[in-house]
This record gives sequence, C-alpha cells and structure tokens, in this order.
Amino acid sequence: MLLHISPKDGVPIYRQIVNQAKYLVGSGRLVPGEELPPIRVLAEQLVVNPNTVARAYAELEHAGVVTKRHGSGTYVSDNGSPLKRGEKLKILAQRADGLVAEAQHLEIDLSELLELIRERHRAMQSKE
Amino acid sequence: MNMPTSSPHEPVIAINGLSRRFKSKLALETVSLAVERGQVFGLVGANGAGKTTLIKHVLGLLKAESGFVRVFGRDPVAEPVAVLSRVGFLSEDRDLPGWMRVDELIRYTRAFHRAWDSAYAERLREQFQLDPAARIKQLSRGELAKAGLLVALAHRPELLVLDEPSSGLDPVVRREMLEAIVRTVADEGRTVFFSSHLLDEIERVSDRVAMMAKGRVVLQGRLDEILESHFRLTLRFPTPPPAQPKLAGALHLTGGGLEWTALCNGARGELEAAAAVLGARIVEDTPASLDEIFLARMGGERSISDQLQPKVK
Repeated sequence: MLLHISPKDGVPIYRQIVNQAKYLVGSGRLVPGEELPPIRVLAEQLVVNPNTVARAYAELEHAGVVTKRHGSGTYVSDNGSPLKRGEKLKILAQRADGLVAEAQHLEIDLSELLELIRERHRAMQSKE
Repeated sequence: MNMPTSSPHEPVIAINGLSRRFKSKLALETVSLAVERGQVFGLVGANGAGKTTLIKHVLGLLKAESGFVRVFGRDPVAEPVAVLSRVGFLSEDRDLPGWMRVDELIRYTRAFHRAWDSAYAERLREQFQLDPAARIKQLSRGELAKAGLLVALAHRPELLVLDEPSSGLDPVVRREMLEAIVRTVADEGRTVFFSSHLLDEIERVSDRVAMMAKGRVVLQGRLDEILESHFRLTLRFPTPPPAQPKLAGALHLTGGGLEWTALCNGARGELEAAAAVLGARIVEDTPASLDEIFLARMGGERSISDQLQPKVK
C-alpha cells in the first residue's frame, strides 16, 4: 500500500491515510480480501505515530472499507465499501472539475469535450 | 518487568500552574499540562520559548518555584531515583563524556540501570551503525545524537524525554531518529515527551501538542482536533476595504486589496454571517497548517508587518 503523507498541508495525518486508502480501494489498486499492512509496519514505513495509523484503520473499519479479522489483521472488505460507488464518483468529480476548468480556459466547449472523451474511450478500447 | 506503581489512569506527567523566573525574566508562566500513558506529546515553540526549562522541571533538574510537577505521580526533585530510573532522556546538547569510546559509554550507562537490556543496546548500536571503538568526541553530530538516543532507550524506560532530538541533524539521520521514536511507541506503548521547533516532525509523530511562546502555553490539545478545528477562509470584497477588516471570530487576518485570508477557529456558520455583514464573499475554504495556526496563536506579530506591507497578488 503506497501512501504519501504530507504533514504541511493542514489535513490531519489519520485523515490523509483514510482518504488515500479509500482512493486505493475505489480505484481498484487495493482489491477485496487484500490485507493492509499491520499498524506498526505502516507507522514505521510512513514515520508516523502508530496511534495515528490505528485511528485511521478504525475509521476505515467504521466506514466499511476494511474488516478486522480477529487475531489476524485488517483486510479490504469483501463486498467493497458501501461508499464505494460514492467514493468512486467523488474521485472522478475532482478530475472532471479540473478537466472542465481546463477546457473553459482553452475555450473548448462542453460538447467538444464530451466528444473528445468518447473518442479517447474508443481509442483505449480498440487497444485492449 | 518493572510494573508501573502509579495507576494506569493517572497522567505520566502532570504539571500544574508552573512558573519560573530567571532573575527578571519570566521563563515559565503558569504552565499546566498532562501527558497520558502511551501518548506522544510534542512541545513546540521557537528557541527561548521555555521548552528546555519545562523539560528540566520534568527531570527534577529545576525545582518548581510555584505550581507543581509530578512524574509517575511523584515529585522528581524529592524522589529523583524513583522517577529517573523510569525515564530515558536525550538532551539537546547531548552532554556525553567526550573521552569515552562508544562501548565504554554503553557499559558506563548500564551501571546506572538495573533494567538495562544489553541485547537491545547491541541491536540499537548495529542499527545506528555506531563503531564501538570510536571516541565520543570524534563522532559526527548525527552519530552523537544516535549514541545519546541509544543510552536513553536501552533500559527500556516507560517515559522517553527528548529535547530537540533532531536539532542540527541532516534529513537522513533525522528520519532515523524519528523511526526509532515511532518504533519505541509501537513496541510497548511507551510515553514520549519531546520538544521541537520543527513542525513537520511534531506533526508526524505527536498525539497531542502544546504550543509555547514566551514561557506560556498558548494552545494545547489533540493534534488532529487542533488541525480540524482551524481553517482558512479567503474573503473577497467588492471594493478594497479602507483598513484591515475586522472579522468576528477570526484569529488572524492577512491580505490586502480585494482579498483577505482569515485564520479561523470557530463555527463556520457564524464566520460566514460575519463575512456577509462586511459585504464580503467567501471564495476559498482550506485547511490551516500547524505552522499557520501557530503563527496566528503567537499573537499576530506577523499581522503587523503584513499590515505595513500588504501582499501584492
């Protein structure tokens, strides 16, 4: 699980871990049943307080993203998270905002932008 | 194992109304704080804010003039052995005997601690890549800090007190020091009380922080709560306000012209209403960094210079 912690941006570290783990699950980089690193391993890897990692894991469990299995570890929930679709859309919404703003800046109108997205989608599918 | 004699619910460090004067200078002014078991408590402040003076009281090196200090429920001045046998300490100036070799330093320190763990000391020495035959006075700054941390850790103290542990160190050694602290907490739920002027490391490893300025604690609390309860609102005015606007509930205001940014710690709704009263629109709402919160809490010395020289956008 590759996470990047930046202490300077004012977002509490436990929240950064929660957000990034949700992103990794939402984007399919972490799959159902996959084990998350043990708390102390992740704490040492990120050089953050283990209590902070424990809090992040508790929040992820509360949100249904992960499940703690008694005496073994923390795993990505089998059914995915109940927030999964919402989280996915949230991730895309951020990207979409950037794209729409960039298009406006370049004076490309919405229909042209949508056409471009369809075209790229076709191009990607023909490659597979 | 050396079981704690104090109750598990009692704070490991309890300081209440502590004041200290050096001649005419007030070094500590009614400082109160509590460090709970298993917590990493970060003390942050500029040089001269009183961090080291506070730490010296915790170690019993200074006697409380007024107020009181308890460590494991005991007075560290009256019962130094009972307290210090359970404490590991790394001082800012790493006052280690320069003429000793690393292995001699380890043997020498071991003699003071019944709970010394030789295997652990050896593991730390290897991990820190310290040559046992090297003279202390010939160690680099980084090696000196690591040697100091080794002798502070090897008796597996319940409380680790670190005064500016990474002051003057390069990023690689700083990271090693922080990793050792993180491991210490992860291993056995030890309590850590440390001071730093580096907000980055305070933010990485602290559960709880106290910000000090001029001998006073200006803000303390859980780190995540402090971060989540402070935010920055950027206001945009239809016409430039004639003077620095006053926003009820804002701690600190910077900016100039049409846009002003307020560092806030209050109910968003009330601040939005206060902005509307001024005729301003909120155009940005972003998290505040610990650095910004600290400056705002320091009493806005910066805001005066900002007023004199409005930021040009």
